[in-house]
Order: sequence, then structure tokens, then C-alpha cells
Amino acid sequence: MSRANSKRLEFGGYIDRTQSLQFKFNGRDYVGFQGDTLASALMANGVNVLSRSFKYHRPRGIQNRGYADVTSLIQIAGINESPNILASVQPLYEGLEASSVNCWPSVSFDIGSIFGAFSPILPVGFYYKTFMWPNWHAFEPLIRRAAGFGKAPRRAPAGQFLSRFDHCDILVIGAGPAGLMAALTAAKSGARTMIVDEMTQPGGSLLYSKSELEGRFAIDWIARTVDELKSMDHVTCLWNSTAWGYQEGNMVCVSERAPIPEELISRNWKIWAKQVILATGAIERPIVFENNDVPGVMLCSAVMEAVQTYGVAPGTRAVLFTNNSSAYEILPYLRAADIELAAIVDTRSDVELDTVIGKDNSSVEVLLGASIQLVIRAGKRVKGVVVHAQDSSGKEKKGKIECDLVCVSGGWNPSVHLFSQSRGTLRYDDNIASFVPDQAVQATHCAGAITGEMSVAGCLKSAVNTGSKALSRIGIQAAPISIPEVSNGDHTDYQVDPFWSSTAGYKRVKAFVDFAGDVTVFDLKLAIQEGFDEIEHLKRYTTTGMGLDQGKTANVNAIGIIAFHLDCHPSEVGTTTFRPPYTPVEFGSIAGSQTGDVVLPYRHTPMTDWHRAHGAVMYEAGARWRRPGYYQMEGESMNEAINRECYAVRNHVGIYDGSPLGKFIIRGEDTEKLLNLIYTNSFSGLKPGQGKYGLMLNEEGLVFDDGVTFRIDDDQYLLSCSTGGAPAVERKLDKFINVECPELNVIITPVTSQWANATVCGPLARQMLQSTESDIDWSREVLPFMHVVEGIIAGMPVRVFRVSFTGELSYEINTPSRYGLKLWRYLIEVGQNWDICPVGSEANHVLRVEKGFLSLAHEVDGIVDPIDLGHGWMVSRNKNDFIGKRSMEIRRQSQPIRQELIGLLPKDSNQLISEGAPIAPEDKQALSEGFVSACVWSGVLERTIALGLLTDGRSRIGETVLAWDQGEPLSLEVTRPIFYDAEGIRLRM
Amino acid sequence: MLLIHCPWCGLRAETEFRCAGPVKPPRSEFIDKSDEAWLEYLYQADNRRGILEEYWCHEKGCGEWFKLRRDTATHEIMDGDTDS
Repeated sequence: MSRANSKRLEFGGYIDRTQSLQFKFNGRDYVGFQGDTLASALMANGVNVLSRSFKYHRPRGIQNRGYADVTSLIQIAGINESPNILASVQPLYEGLEASSVNCWPSVSFDIGSIFGAFSPILPVGFYYKTFMWPNWHAFEPLIRRAAGFGKAPRRAPAGQFLSRFDHCDILVIGAGPAGLMAALTAAKSGARTMIVDEMTQPGGSLLYSKSELEGRFAIDWIARTVDELKSMDHVTCLWNSTAWGYQEGNMVCVSERAPIPEELISRNWKIWAKQVILATGAIERPIVFENNDVPGVMLCSAVMEAVQTYGVAPGTRAVLFTNNSSAYEILPYLRAADIELAAIVDTRSDVELDTVIGKDNSSVEVLLGASIQLVIRAGKRVKGVVVHAQDSSGKEKKGKIECDLVCVSGGWNPSVHLFSQSRGTLRYDDNIASFVPDQAVQATHCAGAITGEMSVAGCLKSAVNTGSKALSRIGIQAAPISIPEVSNGDHTDYQVDPFWSSTAGYKRVKAFVDFAGDVTVFDLKLAIQEGFDEIEHLKRYTTTGMGLDQGKTANVNAIGIIAFHLDCHPSEVGTTTFRPPYTPVEFGSIAGSQTGDVVLPYRHTPMTDWHRAHGAVMYEAGARWRRPGYYQMEGESMNEAINRECYAVRNHVGIYDGSPLGKFIIRGEDTEKLLNLIYTNSFSGLKPGQGKYGLMLNEEGLVFDDGVTFRIDDDQYLLSCSTGGAPAVERKLDKFINVECPELNVIITPVTSQWANATVCGPLARQMLQSTESDIDWSREVLPFMHVVEGIIAGMPVRVFRVSFTGELSYEINTPSRYGLKLWRYLIEVGQNWDICPVGSEANHVLRVEKGFLSLAHEVDGIVDPIDLGHGWMVSRNKNDFIGKRSMEIRRQSQPIRQELIGLLPKDSNQLISEGAPIAPEDKQALSEGFVSACVWSGVLERTIALGLLTDGRSRIGETVLAWDQGEPLSLEVTRPIFYDAEGIRLRM
Repeated sequence: MLLIHCPWCGLRAETEFRCAGPVKPPRSEFIDKSDEAWLEYLYQADNRRGILEEYWCHEKGCGEWFKLRRDTATHEIMDGDTDS
């Protein structure tokens, strides 16, 4: 491979040239070195174009460094496939496979780039204006394909995400000169210190700087400082870790990525810090001129990093374009990389050239008061620039300079994102022509370049001062620390003259403000013309700074351009609020291991294994409980299984697992008072062993839950409620006794999963239970309906409740959960002689509909009161108060006619109707007057039956109504809501 | 995310708690008032910007109920309630 590493310098760079790494990009093989990023390796291999731009599909290469290089978007393939990775931060590893995003069919020939040719049709607000009619959804698939970034992976990643919490005294964000120094100050003073940096190597701008600290290379000082920090137990260093969200409570979210995503992809930290020091530095600002996105236009810092850190020469002949003094630092780097400097174009007129250039560069052509107006491109690379300048007599001159690299510096923007996220305010600083932190709202401090301090020496000093201040806030005395001396190439004389954009006004040529979102100067002007002259509106209308960029490079230029066009000062334009995340964060990283079943685990009864082994189809029964829906035997359909189970309960004996039913033990002298408050009916005078069915309302006077409460003995009651409603009942009761009626002397203990429940029901249930090995007298006289008894079955302690949800003679046998499976097996075995049949929730549903028993979320849909349900007899007239009484009375005064529970018999006795089908007159304009809440095939009645709610239903019994099922009208006869054993003889046997 | 002081467990993460709304007078004081007064008590929330006293429950911890004062604009927690 002759072209391999053709741009790599012979010497230099902090890469390990002994360790070469094979990788693939867009299907081609390349070689890089250990220590490369994907971007530097591609640059070294002469790969010019990494991606296509978002809107116009223009070719884009490396422009910036680190997370600010928002155009180096690529997609990584493999078991942990991920779109939207920046090549500039992705460490190279053996076997890495990546491809460009946003290109079709390929990066070098892109169909979408015709959008560029027809760009007048894609102005700002294009989507809003064009795709409103007739309907956005018609256009969406086309637009999504043409726009958008990478492709969402088809499979979940093989690797894991984790999430964790931590606490510290001082959290330092950024490990450049200021961050390292601040962390050292905190750590040496004994504070629990954490320092995070988004890059794999700490050091920030010092990594490529030629500055010397204490007379040694900056990189040595970094290594020594990091070693010192790591040697202390109370210090945690996180590299390759982005602080992406600064939340209330001084909590910072940090996403720590594995450099090579294998088993662990990333880990999200939520760090509460007593004090936060932001040492997030500054990002170099591009200059806006026409074609400023052509590959070969790079920021000075990116060129310096390429040369110094990766030993790559990004070009052969350069033009330097700047409005500030820091850019002149690049000169020795260009020399080292053997890059010829064709000219320096400085927008400022009065520059002390001797100071900024030095004697040995005096031969370079320097154009002062000049600007680049246009980049000329050849294919997909810079070929030259058009420069506007004035000659000594002040006459306008325009000239062309040939080059393949344009090094740009528009000044430095402090990275104020996290400060703004913390709700701190920003201030425009004229000295640096950018925004700096103003007032902190949380325990936040700033050190280094974020404050506008651009010299290394100044950053170090500011870090020590800020560190000491933060420490003093938490009562720690800062240990004395010496500030390293800085020599060689520190830009102490940083001066910047704001230069927002060159305004040659070539038609059809674009000058980009936001590279990630393809927003141009023209777009901003157009938006202002259309009346969007407020920064928050401009941002949203043009999408400036909204995408991947998140204001890293685009915002300040946009604000400057807007200020220029509105003829005001940038501070009057102001900034938008920065919001998390600072850089893209995977959803997986936020969720950590809390995915799938782990978020809301299923609850299983002790008998689950038996159910599964016997053909149970498991259903979710509410509150995450899993219960058998029905037990399917071989060759049997679902309906046949349900009918068989129902038949068993009605004719001999069935058994079902009722363990998930909500259960609470209530104790204390005011228990009766509490029950009288939470139920509509009276619970006074319940004797030990007795139970009662109760309806529970919410304070709005609507039915909230129902269930049976037994008095177990003198001082404890057992309250049961619906399976799905148990968590809500628990919360409600808990709040009631703690907040609303704290004077009640009661203790409520949830015991749902402490007890397993096997319910034996059917006309032969008593006979069967009498043959168990037990000390319980099962007779009607000793254990009548709505009574409870304690005893022993086959050596297992049990509580037996005579409650019936099926309408048959029924015993709910509760045993401590550990005996649940044993008891179940025992009852199944004893029951063989009676042909006992395990029954699932489907059959239970049929049986309760036959009886007209209520079911939460069917008839009890949150807007009914007891009278609607025909349970007016359960609303006590003697009680002064119960929860919901007052509101129910008020509601009924103004709304006497309401929807009421009724039974429904389809005219076609085989017709099943969907649950929820509305009941409405034939006239399609008429209002609905109710709905079908349940419809089942009843084996005992040999026909379908239904329950429903119908306006004024109880006075309409005998009428015929229409239910509309999928648009089909079906005739139903209105009946009483009970179809079987209306007198209730069977359940009281 | 807030750190909340549970009177029983000390400082814990907000995700362990449930906010049960602003502190209201007990229902017994309103149950006999006019319909309007009762409905107002039931449905009208102050939704104040500024310092608000709220009920919180350490639901995924010890289950303790307590009141705390929180600034709804800044999320600053003024003090915990120690006697509940």
C-alpha cells in the first residue's frame, strides 16, 4: 500500500509507531498506530472526506479537534454498532470498522449533493414551509432518508452499559492546565477529589502545546501531575469521560466510555459534588467566509494537534487566516511539518509583527486588515483562497493565493455549556469577544480559559486561587502549592478583534455558521428578514447550534452576525440557554443495567413452576404479578380450555392460585375507625372471625378499589384488595394515616407476598377439603360464608377465608409463601378423587361475569360511584364521613342521571362483542350512551353474556340497545347484571 | 437530582422518594364547609413559584413521611422536618 500513512511525518507525535493497527473505513483497509484517533489515522492516510453534511450533503473533512469537530461524524460497525460517533475522539483499535454517515451511494459520489446544486429550494425553514400540506407524514420517509445522521443499529449492542452514583468534595471538570492544577490543589489539601476529562489523554491544550512548565515539556508536567493525583487514594480520575449534564443539587452526569467498546461500552456516573470547579477551557472559533467548509479548511488548534500529537501533516502549502494573536503560535508547527506558509491574512490592521512572528519568519507575506472571502476548491479539497486586502494607499485589492490548507482562528470561545446548564448567567466580555460565566447559582466555580484567561500561566494561577476558594467553602484549608513557571510560547498577549463574517456576497456560494446543521449566513439573514430577530426564535427557526454542535462552534459567530445585522452589540442579542447533553449520550448509558425486566421485575407466586409444568399460559395479572391465564391441554383450543375450567368450578371442584391478591394487616386501637373512613359501608361491630366486603372510594367520590376485610382476632384485621390496585391502595392508605389523619392510632403492614393462596371452589369443595389431613371443621355451621378460621392442613399452617369470586362454595386457603407449592401439590393430590381442575384467570373472568361481580378496569373504570354500580346499598347513611362521601353527594346533586351497570344479552346468542365497544343509537351523530365492559361465552347458560355501563341503565331493563363493534351495530337486550344464581344460594352453601 | 434529607436515613437520592404534594390543612377542617370551599380544598393547588412546604415519603427506603420546604424556582431545599 503505497499511500499508507503518506501524510505521516517521519518523526514526532505521541503515537507508538511500533504498534500498527489495521482498520477499515468505508470498506477500504488502512493502517494506523496505537495512540491515533480514527480521524488522525485517516488524515495520515490522506483520506480527505469523512462525511457528508446534514442538509446539502457537502463533503466534509477534519476541521476541528475533539468534541468540537462536529463534522467528523461516522458510524462504527461490529457487535456494538453505533451511529453518530465522532472520528476525532474515537481511539483507533485493531480491527475497527467504520463508515461515513449521510452518504448514498458513497462518500465520494453522493446523490444527495444535488441538494447543494439546487440549494435555493432548501432555505431556512424549508421543512416548515414546504411540507405542511397535505400532511407531513407523506413526506417524512423521503426526508428522513435524505437527512438524518447515522443509521440506528438493528440489534441491541452486545456490550453492557452501567450506571452508578458517587459523591465528592470537589469535582473538577476538564483536565487541561487549569483542571489538573485545581485538582492537585484540592487533592493535596485532603479533599475527596474527582477529575474528569472527555479525552482519552488528560492535558487539554497542553498536549499539543510547545509551552514548557518548570523548564520541561508540558507533556512531562502532565504525566507527573497525573501520577501524583493517581497516587492519592482520595482522588478519582476519569478520562474519556464527558460531563454532559449539570443538574440541580450540584449533581453532574458523566458518561465514561470504554476506549474499545467490548463487554462494557460506557458507564454513566451521577456525581454529587459539594463544590464543582469548571475548567472546561475554550474552543477555537471558526471564521465565517464562503466555502469555509471545504476539506482543507482547519482550525489552527486542529492543525497544531495533528502535527504535535499525531505526527501528521494536514497539508503542504498553507494560508493562515486570523483575527487574533494566538494563531501565530502555529508557525513552528508548520515548520516542523514542512508545510510552506504562503501568506498570513490578519483582519487586524495594527499588529506588532515582530512580537507575534519573531525574527526568523520575517520573510512570510503578511496581509494586515485583510480577509479571506472565498475558498476555491478543486474536487473535494482546497485549491486556493481569494483574499481581500487594502494596499498602503488604502485601495481595495483582491488576489488569489494557491494553497491546500487554510489554517483559521477566529478567537476562542469559553466552554460555558455546563455553567449555563447549572443555571449560571453569562456575560459578553469585549476583551475576548465572547461569553464568559457571570453569576453562579449553584456551588460552581470556574478556572482557566472558561473565564477568558488564555495564557497557560494565568490558567495555572487561576486554578490555584479557585481551588482554594472552593475548599474554603467546605471548611478545608488549602495546602500550600507552588505554581509552575511557564516558558516558551505562552500566548500571554492574546488579543482578538471580532470578525464575524466576510461579506463578499457571492451568489450561490455558502458561508457556514453551523457546520453540523448546515446553517449559513444567508439563512440567518433570511430569518431576520422574516421577523425572527429574537435569539431563541432564531435558534429554533434556523437550527443554529441545535444539533451536534450544541453551540460549541456556531453560537458566538451566529450571535455576532445577528448583532451585525440588527446593528446592536452582541450582549444585546444574548445567548440561548444551554441544555444537556453537551455531547450525544447513548440512551443505554443513561439506563445503565436498568433495562427490560430489571426496571420493573415480574412477580411470581410460589406455585409458578407447577403452573408452567402443567400447560399454563401465563398472564400479567396487574402489579407485575404473573398468573396462569388458562391451562391448555394437548389438542385443546384456548376456548375449550376455558370452558373446561368453568365447567369444573360449576359442577365439581376447581382450584386457582390467588396469591397475588393484595393483602394488608391493620392493627391498632383505631382500626375500626380507619375502616369506617376508607370504606363506604359500616365496619362497626365486626367480630373476630368475621369479614365484610367493602368498596373504597377516592376523595373525588369515585370507586377506587374493592375487597374483603376480615377481623382475624381482637387486634388485627386483614384487608384484601385487587391485585393490580394493591400498590395504589398501599400508597393511599399510607398517606392517609400519615398525613391526612395522623391522629389515627393504626399500623398498616403490606403482606401480599408473605402469603400464598390456593382457592378451592365448586359444589364439591367442602367434601374434598373434609378428606384432607386437617384440624379444621369445614362445616357450614362452624365456617359459614364470610368467615375466617386458622388451622393446619397436612402439617402446614393455614388461614381459610370463605369468600367467593366465582359464585360457588369457595375456600381461600392462605399459607405462608414457603409452604405455597407444597400446599398446592397436596390439594391437587387430594382433589384427584373429585376431578379437581386448576383454573386460570380467563375462567375466573367468565365466572365473575356470570355473577355480575365487579372487576377493576372493566366496570370500575375510574369514573363510576357505588350507586352507578348498583351498590347503593353499600353506601352507609349512618356514617357522618368516609373518604369520597362529600364529593359523591355533590356530584350526584348536579348529575342525577348517570351511566349504570347493567347486563347485556346479545340477540345472537353466539355473538361475542369486543370489550369497550360503545353503546349508541343508530343515528351516527348521536352521543354514545355507554359501553360494553365485558363479554364472555357462558358454558352454564350456553350463550354469550355481557356487562356494560348504560345511561340510566337500571330503568331501561328489557330495552334493546346497539353496541358498535368495529363499525358493526349489534343488538343487545338490557338485563339485570347477574346471570347465574341471583339469590346467591350456591356461594353460601 | 436533589439530595433529600430523610429524618430517619439522612441524605439520600431524590429517586428514592415520592413527593406527595403540598402540605394542606387536614381534611377534617373542610369536610363540613360549603360545597365551594370543599371543592376548592380538593382541587385547587397554589402552584406557587417560591418556597413551598411539601410532603415527601421515603418510599424506596424506610417509608418515613416528612415535610420539607423547597424553593420551586431554584430547587433549593430549606430544611427537613425532624419531628414527623
